[in-house]
Amino acid sequence: MLGDLSFPVLIASVLAASAPLIIIALGETLAEKSGVINLSLDGVVLFSAMAAFVVAKETGSLTLGFLAGGFAGMLTGVLVGYFSIYLHLSQVAVGFALALLCRDLAYFLGNPYSRVQGPTLLESKPPLHDILPSSLQTIMTQPLTVWFALLLVFLLYYFFTFSKAGLCLRSVGENPAASFARGLNPSKIQMWAVLVGAFLVGIGGAAYSLSLKPGWGRPQGAEGIGWIALALVIFGGWHPMRVALGAMLFAFLQVSGIGLQDLFPGVPAQVFQTAPFPLMIFTLIFMHYSTRKSRKQGYNENSFQRFIGKLFMSRAPKAIGKSYKQE
Amino acid sequence: MKRLSLDILLGSLLVFGFTALVLLIAGAPVLASFKNIWLGAFASTSKISQVLSVWVPLMLCSCGLIYTFRANLWNIGIEGQVTMGAIGAMAALRIPGIEHPALILTLAFFASFLGGGLWGLLAGGLKTRGGVHEIFGGLGLNFVAQGFILWLIFGPWKRPGIASMSGTELLPRDLWLSTFPGWRVATAGVIIAVAVLILTWLFLEKSRMGIKLKAIGQNPKAALLYATSPERYYLQSIIIAGGCAGLAGFLQVTAVYHRLIPSISSGYGYLALLLVMLSGYRIILIPFLALFFASLNVGAIQLPIVLQLDSALSGVIQGCCVLSALLILGLRQKRKQS
Repeated sequence: MLGDLSFPVLIASVLAASAPLIIIALGETLAEKSGVINLSLDGVVLFSAMAAFVVAKETGSLTLGFLAGGFAGMLTGVLVGYFSIYLHLSQVAVGFALALLCRDLAYFLGNPYSRVQGPTLLESKPPLHDILPSSLQTIMTQPLTVWFALLLVFLLYYFFTFSKAGLCLRSVGENPAASFARGLNPSKIQMWAVLVGAFLVGIGGAAYSLSLKPGWGRPQGAEGIGWIALALVIFGGWHPMRVALGAMLFAFLQVSGIGLQDLFPGVPAQVFQTAPFPLMIFTLIFMHYSTRKSRKQGYNENSFQRFIGKLFMSRAPKAIGKSYKQE
Repeated sequence: MKRLSLDILLGSLLVFGFTALVLLIAGAPVLASFKNIWLGAFASTSKISQVLSVWVPLMLCSCGLIYTFRANLWNIGIEGQVTMGAIGAMAALRIPGIEHPALILTLAFFASFLGGGLWGLLAGGLKTRGGVHEIFGGLGLNFVAQGFILWLIFGPWKRPGIASMSGTELLPRDLWLSTFPGWRVATAGVIIAVAVLILTWLFLEKSRMGIKLKAIGQNPKAALLYATSPERYYLQSIIIAGGCAGLAGFLQVTAVYHRLIPSISSGYGYLALLLVMLSGYRIILIPFLALFFASLNVGAIQLPIVLQLDSALSGVIQGCCVLSALLILGLRQKRKQS
């Protein structure tokens, strides 16, 4: 079904293709958990990808490139945060305008660097490479971004579930007024979440231009990724692990696009890449009905229903998208 | 009034300052860039008519968006509604057996309104019935429409021989909307855009329904006073918005590209969202801002040719306008409170 791809190669390419997307989607998860929708993702990914590539090319240092990507993301985070948290403007309006602005800014400033050779983050062999079986060797020979992405999934899961700071962040996203009454500073916590989230988005953008799709150009290849990441955050129900799984599912669709094309001849590969969006819509509908039904009928459901319920039982942070004004 | 002109002055300074900064970073001549955008948009009648042919779809999308913003809906799905309108028009144009061009074009006109309107209704239905926020529903549907148009271009409607990203086969000449000699904008397009603008103004400002829509948009509970549900108004407004966007798609097919291409909407839907935000949701300002945005878009095409700069500068200026306006609005609100 999947052409000439052997199983380990398939897994390796899915991991590699999903890594930047995981980082970006987790950055957005962090911001949304604190109650702020950062809609600027799509432009920020491109902007930071451009910044990362230009800095890496000029300095010859990949580390500086990744940092530049992160800080370019953070810079946009400052705007999103200041406008929506401190000026109480519509998060959607600010994010959307910024998405278009950053995209065009990236194209404009990156123009002299189109289609030039630059430094690329290569796959590195894992420790103990030689004693591993050959399939694992294939799977684990990955650029560092993959390990960073996987580590981030667990870090963020731990942060949300077990750490006090994560609890504070979630409480602000659910009910900022009550958090304020408990002595937290909602604006400050939201600002931090947006900034760190935007930094991660920037790192994800850098992972595109420095590793997955090396180089800069118009189009770069990371177009639309920001919107997909937004969809994945919802598809994953604001849960780091499920968000990451969603990103891997999307990467699988991307990687296996050629194989799928054999199954459905005449359907261009780009059509499969729109798959996350219908999935997102279905998830939202499921969420809507699962929360409504369980409230109406109590808990008389069989194990399958419970499984499905659990799978889709997720709820957006209650205060998401609402700007909090201190009384 | 004095404060308004002060705000506009401040906003223009912000936009000019930021754009100049961006140009300096890129190492480009600041004044020459502005001058070239101006020349690129207004130097000849052919350029002016090109500006108008961008103005038309921007106007149609913006008018549509006014309806949904009145109902307090964020119709980000407008991009997909343009695409679906174009598909609807193309479907009608492909009906075999109708000889008369005027008849088939009229059919395509209504089919595009229907296509965009139904796509809008779908986003609206997802909101009212499925609990899917219109931003995520609309965004998702944009990409679904994109997938659909790609499938059509590469599948059932592909060019005889080889299917490619350059689109379907060209329409026969008699299905092209006519233009004045020497002009590159379809006369019918301009007429449709102006008519939709006037109708929108009449409907929203002068009709009973428009006033109801405004009241319900600002406070959904007002619907109870009118003994209707807010859902009905959401759906009505998003159908009209989708229909207007669909008409833009119709004109993109019959007057601009004369075929279906993957990026038929050209991002005008998203641009119209920026435009309407910048107008502060005031209909009166829309034609002028649309002209401003359209001339930026067309004028910037000259930049890569003359100055080896990327034409994306127009988008930088447009986005910066909206952010500056938001910043001034936010600062003023904040000062009022304290």
